[in-house]
Amino acid sequence: MDDYWLTRKSTIKRLWIVFVLILASTVLADIFVAHHPHFGLDGTFGFGAWFGFVSCVVLILIAKLLGSVLKRPDTYYDS
Amino acid sequence: MIADVVIPPTAVLIFGGLILPFLAEKPRQYALLILPLAALYLVWQTPDGPALTASFLGYDLVLVRGDALSRLFATIFVIMAFAGGLFALNQNRVVELAAAYCYAGAAVGVAFAGDLLTLFMFWELMAIASTLVVWSGGPSARGAGLRYASIHFLGGVLLMAGIAGEITATGALAFDSMTLDSAPRWLILSGFLVNAGAPPLSAWLPDAYPESSWSGMVFLSAFTTKAAVYALLRGFPGSELLIYVGLFMVFYGIIYAILENDMRRILAYSIVNQVGFMVAGIGIGTELALNGAAAHAFAHIIYKALLLMSAGSVLFMTGKRKCTDLGGLFRTMPITAICGIVGALSISSFPLTSGFVTKSMISAAAGDQHLELVWYLLAVGSAGVFLHAGIKFPWFVFFQKDSGLRPDDPPWNMRAAMVLFAVLCIAIGVAPGPLYAMLPFPVDYAPYTSAHVIFYLQLLLFSGLAFFLMLGWLKRTLTITLDVDWFYRRLGPVAARRLDRFADAAWDSLVNAVDRGVRAIATGVHRLHGPEGILARTWPTGSMAFWTTIMLALYLILSYL
Repeated sequence: MDDYWLTRKSTIKRLWIVFVLILASTVLADIFVAHHPHFGLDGTFGFGAWFGFVSCVVLILIAKLLGSVLKRPDTYYDS
Repeated sequence: MIADVVIPPTAVLIFGGLILPFLAEKPRQYALLILPLAALYLVWQTPDGPALTASFLGYDLVLVRGDALSRLFATIFVIMAFAGGLFALNQNRVVELAAAYCYAGAAVGVAFAGDLLTLFMFWELMAIASTLVVWSGGPSARGAGLRYASIHFLGGVLLMAGIAGEITATGALAFDSMTLDSAPRWLILSGFLVNAGAPPLSAWLPDAYPESSWSGMVFLSAFTTKAAVYALLRGFPGSELLIYVGLFMVFYGIIYAILENDMRRILAYSIVNQVGFMVAGIGIGTELALNGAAAHAFAHIIYKALLLMSAGSVLFMTGKRKCTDLGGLFRTMPITAICGIVGALSISSFPLTSGFVTKSMISAAAGDQHLELVWYLLAVGSAGVFLHAGIKFPWFVFFQKDSGLRPDDPPWNMRAAMVLFAVLCIAIGVAPGPLYAMLPFPVDYAPYTSAHVIFYLQLLLFSGLAFFLMLGWLKRTLTITLDVDWFYRRLGPVAARRLDRFADAAWDSLVNAVDRGVRAIATGVHRLHGPEGILARTWPTGSMAFWTTIMLALYLILSYL
């Protein structure tokens, strides 16, 4: 029943390949585009790429940490 | 052209809304669509400057005052009412529709308010009408609605106290830009911030909104917070404090949304997050930043409503709200999924969507002002938006796993409303000119430079990579995350119960002590005077004769002395 083309293993693998190619091409585009950095760090090669990735990892880590303290079962306020 | 008689667009929506419950189904549906269109016409007919004045308790009120900023917000409020009305055409809770239209009308009233008292009047009307919209969610929304109303009336009290102080101190009633140099102005600012969802009371928003009906939250997402953004834009542009308040909201929204399981609460947190960008822009305060904040509010209302229409459609068709119960719906709800994805890309400010041409103005303004830390934090925030809303919402609702649910797309009117807003999201992103022309200041900003587009593509796509690589850590659990509302939802009641028990115990011991005392007296009296008591005995005749003899003997002795 659930052999929808989008959920097949082969499709997902192909999607990953396409995704990685797009990622690589956005970073390579930095070679051809002149950036006008406001500060220092934002002029580094592939700034958006590494900055976006690191930001998200840090945000997830902070959320995980905060969650370990503040998470409760979703019936917490019902009792 | 001189407008001799100005019909306030507010009145059309409020009085129209009040009539809605008395109409039969068909006329009501027509009214739902025609009222906002009439209001939109009137918004664009409102001239610059004071257009409608009145006298009240000796104050000269300016009920309607037009300028570019007012018309921009009023325009998006009535467009929102139209799309919301279209989406809610098949909503049979008529009270919700009436309340929603009064709510929209009050928001338009705020946008056109020329003085502080008029502003306050519409501000409170919004609080009342929106509470009714929350309550229309059903019995489960009662508690959340009460908490919502309490917080907003608290905000109203702060605002009223500030306005009274401002009028007493300066004698001026007009609602214009203020500097933060007196206590009343701080009170006014805090009243505005409560409605914006700013810390420390942000929790009212994710607490109350998701309890409303499938259509109710579409309305709720648009007016209260964005009317507050308007009020901050008008009243406190360039107040530096707002930069930090805004940044806090940006990260609060992201972190809490990452941890959330309820799809509509994810979107509620992301309202706080997006309003944070606007508040930060207002704090930066340059023309570019203020334009950015205003434009972002305009774009935000559209894509956020679109996201909530998509989530509302899922709720309407499946009755489920939790990511853990959903997944795989793209198979049978393609239109809802695609519209949801367009909304998600817009909120993430993906190039060619509305968020890209508006939010980036705020970042650019931070760069121009050399606010280095602010600029970097806004970039982190932009990456985080894609993470917590841009991918998370569509992924967990429409893809993720096969939940086994096979709901159809919703009825035609709900699909039409979604398609309308999805088209608008892309239209504004592709051709931002008309929106830029409506902004309060002349726009000298080009969003589509190759460097800018590449930067955003890198930022967002690598955020996407982080999402999929860390998917294991983002798996949803049946949990909520504690917030400041814990103090009034848990600590308060527990403390009240403890106090109640303590008072009960103290009262009981007092009553017992009094009881014991009274009993002790009674027992004592009883011991002396009771049937067995020493003083109640009958005296034998012999002892009387004895005592009489003693008395007489004493008398005899005494008479000889």
